[in-house]
Amino acid sequence: MLNPKLKLNQNLFSKNVDVKSPREGFGEGIVEIAQSNENVVVLAADLANSVKLSEFAKKYPQRFIQVGIAEQNMCSIAFGLSINGKIPFIVSHAVFLTSRAWDQIKLSICSTNSNVKIIGSHAGFSNGPDGLSAESLEDIAITRVLPNITVINTIDYEQTKKAVKEITQHKGPVYLRFSKAETPIITTKDTPFKIGRAEVLIEGKDVSIISCGSMVYDTLIAARNLRAKYNIEAEVISSPTIKPLDANTILKSAKKTRLIVTVEEHQVIGGLGGAVSELLSESLPTKVLRIGVNDTFGESGGYEELKDKYGISSHHIEEQVLRSLKENKK
Amino acid sequence: MPKLKKNIRNLSIEDLYKISKNLKQTVIDMLVEAKSGHTAGSLGTAEIFTALYFNVLNLDPKHPEKKDRDRFILSNGHICPIWYATLSERGFFPSKELWTLRKMNSRLQGHPKYKSLPGIENSSGSLGQGLSQAIGIAISEKMDKKGYRIYCMTGDGELNEGQIWEAAMFAPSKKLNNITWIIDRNNIQSDGNTEDVMPLEDLKDKLESFNWFVIEIDGHNIQEIISACRMAKSVNQRPTAIIAHTIPGEGVKFMENKYEWHGKIPTRSQARQAKEELSSII
Repeated sequence: MLNPKLKLNQNLFSKNVDVKSPREGFGEGIVEIAQSNENVVVLAADLANSVKLSEFAKKYPQRFIQVGIAEQNMCSIAFGLSINGKIPFIVSHAVFLTSRAWDQIKLSICSTNSNVKIIGSHAGFSNGPDGLSAESLEDIAITRVLPNITVINTIDYEQTKKAVKEITQHKGPVYLRFSKAETPIITTKDTPFKIGRAEVLIEGKDVSIISCGSMVYDTLIAARNLRAKYNIEAEVISSPTIKPLDANTILKSAKKTRLIVTVEEHQVIGGLGGAVSELLSESLPTKVLRIGVNDTFGESGGYEELKDKYGISSHHIEEQVLRSLKENKK
Repeated sequence: MPKLKKNIRNLSIEDLYKISKNLKQTVIDMLVEAKSGHTAGSLGTAEIFTALYFNVLNLDPKHPEKKDRDRFILSNGHICPIWYATLSERGFFPSKELWTLRKMNSRLQGHPKYKSLPGIENSSGSLGQGLSQAIGIAISEKMDKKGYRIYCMTGDGELNEGQIWEAAMFAPSKKLNNITWIIDRNNIQSDGNTEDVMPLEDLKDKLESFNWFVIEIDGHNIQEIISACRMAKSVNQRPTAIIAHTIPGEGVKFMENKYEWHGKIPTRSQARQAKEELSSII
């Protein structure tokens, strides 16, 4: 079922699938890249431990800048660092960094096309118990709208680690968001990752489900169940890069299945679903069902509990896909 | 504007005053031609810009990107007409371009745009970001040990922004003594006098308590500006803030100290009157 070319984790569908937080992948990736690229500098806003920067700070104290709880200052400082050839990684929780400092991201970083890497951990519901102020459900929308920026939501630990390397090599501003939650390992060391490329994880003909971030796992489970229970062949596309979208892969799939479902841990407005709808409405008008948080704020709760209450768990994906297929037949 | 004939190294203080007066007249003409813009702050900082670009800053207009140049960051971007006029006078770009300010396809944007012109080192306009941008450059200077200084100008109304105080806390904590922060203390902002809109005093006290080395000067006294910038270079361990007391609209009596002139431009007849007044000052 899984695309063999992608060398995905073969235990993916096992009940005992390994889990690891993507933030660990970031913490390890940044230490690795700092070794080979001396221009990499890291700025933290009093959440260095939380975003797994302890190792980096210990190993490269000269290249680690503690800014304190001052995201706006951090973003504009990053501009100043970047114009002299440094590659600043500004790291915090997704919600604080992108919401509080949006004006600085816009003017200091994006309008100058600075080589700044904006790193948002604890994306989506993954900081759930802290409640709505800690949940980042709007960050894709508010970053994606800015010119020059690349927006990525990595799907697991291994891919996050690879993304650190890829975005260091990419010139220009990048927003990388990932989960704090211990999420299943989907990719392996040998799985390819390229900015701007979506991958077909499972081929299918009845419906295309496009997903990003940790929701890719829930999407895979839904696809497996749809096949097992109803013999529905869902094509599963992982699209970690939301901007620029991999138009070729998505259009090719849409042409084949004529029904698109998007899944993300984000508001249904403005995120991956929005981006896919924009693409299809212009290039290949196709029905798109967007699964995500439905224009509402979150609350405190466990990670899986919140996903369930807000309608983005794998069983919701399964039900919604079934419903859309039925509606499409009418 | 009459062109400079002397090498800038040989300019006397008197020469510098002449330049600043010419720059003010140029700014009036630019604003009238542009049909919008910010007059008071542009005129009130002419002496500071003159002192910086014709004496203090280590720059080469022929090599605007040379690595060891001093950096100037303008945070209160709305006063950019004086920045553009100064850069052009110093030879960074042809003066005929000054008349394209705020027009379609111009390199002279209404607020500064990073790299739109040689010598423009940052983007600003949304207030409060420049000091942080300067800090970023200052950290990289410390890392690379290039030996240049970073100058940042902000307004005073701009100090209402929270980000300024984040930056004000940060720079002394990292001992960034390569930063000279010049505050244009002209006491006005868009809606009124600064002390009416949002009181800033005691500003010197505030900055000193944040561990800045603070110098207060008459921002129209070129010798004082130069001396303060020199003194800043010798300060160890701490960044320097120069509170430059200025008169908004300085040199044009009907504009001076009137907050109404923050964001408006003179009519053609007012401009004539303003330029006459400016040329009568010795």
